[in-house]
Amino acid sequence: MTDAIVVEGVRKRYGDTHALDGLDLRVGRGTVHALLGPNGAGKTTLVRILSTLLRPDGGLVEVAGHDAVTRAREVRRRIGLLGQHAALDEELGGRQNLEMFGRLYHLGARHARVRAGELLERFGLADTGRKAVKRYSGGMRRRLDLAASLLTDPEVLFLDEPTTGLDPRGRAEVWAAVRSLVGGGTTVLLTTQYLEEADQLADRIAVLDRGRLVADGTADELKALAGGDRIDVVLRDGGQLGAAVALLPLAPAEVSVDVDRRLLSAPAAGRMKVLTGVLRALEDAGVEAEDVALRRPTLDEVFLHLTDDPAATPAKETV
Amino acid sequence: MTSYALNDSWTMTRRELAHWARQPAQVLVALVFPVMLLLMFGYLIGGGRGVDGEYLDFLVPGMFALTMVFGLEGTMLAVTQDLDKGVIDRFRSMPMADGAVLVGRSAADMLQSALGLAVLTAVAYVLGWRAHGTFGAFLGALGLLLLLRFAMLWIGILLALVAGKPEMVQAVQILVWPVGFLSNALAAPQSMPDWLGTVVEWNPLSQTATAVRDLFGAPGAETGHVWAAVAWPLALLAVFFPLAVRKFGALDE
Ligand SMILES: Nc1ncnc2c1ncn2[C@@H]1O[C@H](COP(=O)(O)OP(=O)(O)OP(=O)(O)O)[C@@H](O)[C@H]1O
Ligand SMILES: [Mg+2]
Repeated sequence: MTDAIVVEGVRKRYGDTHALDGLDLRVGRGTVHALLGPNGAGKTTLVRILSTLLRPDGGLVEVAGHDAVTRAREVRRRIGLLGQHAALDEELGGRQNLEMFGRLYHLGARHARVRAGELLERFGLADTGRKAVKRYSGGMRRRLDLAASLLTDPEVLFLDEPTTGLDPRGRAEVWAAVRSLVGGGTTVLLTTQYLEEADQLADRIAVLDRGRLVADGTADELKALAGGDRIDVVLRDGGQLGAAVALLPLAPAEVSVDVDRRLLSAPAAGRMKVLTGVLRALEDAGVEAEDVALRRPTLDEVFLHLTDDPAATPAKETV
Repeated sequence: MTSYALNDSWTMTRRELAHWARQPAQVLVALVFPVMLLLMFGYLIGGGRGVDGEYLDFLVPGMFALTMVFGLEGTMLAVTQDLDKGVIDRFRSMPMADGAVLVGRSAADMLQSALGLAVLTAVAYVLGWRAHGTFGAFLGALGLLLLLRFAMLWIGILLALVAGKPEMVQAVQILVWPVGFLSNALAAPQSMPDWLGTVVEWNPLSQTATAVRDLFGAPGAETGHVWAAVAWPLALLAVFFPLAVRKFGALDE
């Protein structure tokens, strides 16, 4: 079976800005793909192109088996979109919004009404009555927007920063909604600033930087890219940080120092060998460690590793 | 797909009506504004000439036509406000019929203008104005006015799409006033310098105003302008309707 989303060599320019600079991406059916990237990386631009709101300057875009440029209507039948900014009629109430969108999805008046009721209930908006959306809180608005994108049980769902501005409970609700949709076979492409969100929800994670894909793989694969396991050492005496770096059986350039937390952190590809080496070196020099731990790198570290260096041309790291 | 065109246009029209229901004050202001203009020109500015039945015979059809042209501003404002909002993105990401958003807009504006004409007619009647022609001619006159409004509507939509932001609307709004006043709506072109009189006579607003005076049977009205009052708006529509629809489809490209 073909992929739910196929992006090949897609380019989009705004004046001198290459928002997308020859992007390739594939998302398998029924999977969740997270799109990470710093501000301005081109995430929203890609989502808008995939959801037929924007025409690419060049390249191929297919969604649910249809070309998003030449067969936009076929694509629109099969997608749901939660944009970065609310796409609601602010003058109307929540139910009015959902019923209107339901009718425009051609659900029929009765089905639209039933569906609107279900979704309001599901997202805790059943008691909003006739209150206009412009008087909603940010979180309520986000939930209504998400409800609107789920009216038709779309084949492919785009979520552009779905949980930005939500409280922990709202975030948990969105995550639960995404999981249950994927259980039902929906393909999800979501952008996020929260690496934990990608870690929690996504089967695969793509990292975008300056309009290009710099990495694409599972969370574990990406963590391996950032140099595999790491060792953290917290010293009792912060004054000894400098001396300790010199003692370790590691290249000093690889060791990062967090003075406030009296923390040394370094790649530990050899795990036990590095661990025992570090412990012995510290003990021999009489430097007291409060805590020593081996751990996987966080996605934050992966993210910084991949998108940090502004001078580097992003060479695609395929895993 | 086209089978949904009516369905979607009706849904979008209902959306506009739901907005009215939530903002009745705005609708009221839009209805009262032309009445104020009529009173102002009838009694304050026109007062110097003495308000008799004859001036009302001249002024009322002119005010009707002027109101239709000024309707362009309301259309522009509504369209730019809508475009500024995220909801247009949702509409464009859905499989709805092309142009249903614009049809909803125009249906609501036409309805408002028809209501406006009804209110204005009632006020004029109270002031002592009467249509002297047949009832059929009276309806024909209203038809010509609404046709002019329909042409203005699509000009307004196109201008709004080109201007984009609501702030730009003000600039265009200012330009509507000279078009409105460089017409025979309020004064006869015979009283103007030659070159100005020519401009005024060519103004589509003047054609409609003259034809409507004729159909209302105003004493001394020029005859034979009805065809021009049909042709002008149709010509404007032939140009602006396709441009507006195309521009809307190509938004954000
Ligand atoms: N309409 C526009 N006009 C001009 N430049 C634009 C436009 N939209 C996006 N850009 C530029 O394109 C680049 C990519 O923007 P985009 O919104 O896709 O980034 P993003 O990854 O979604 O960022 P964020 O995390 O801040 O949402 C940025 O440099 C942005 O300034
Ligand atoms: Mg964005």
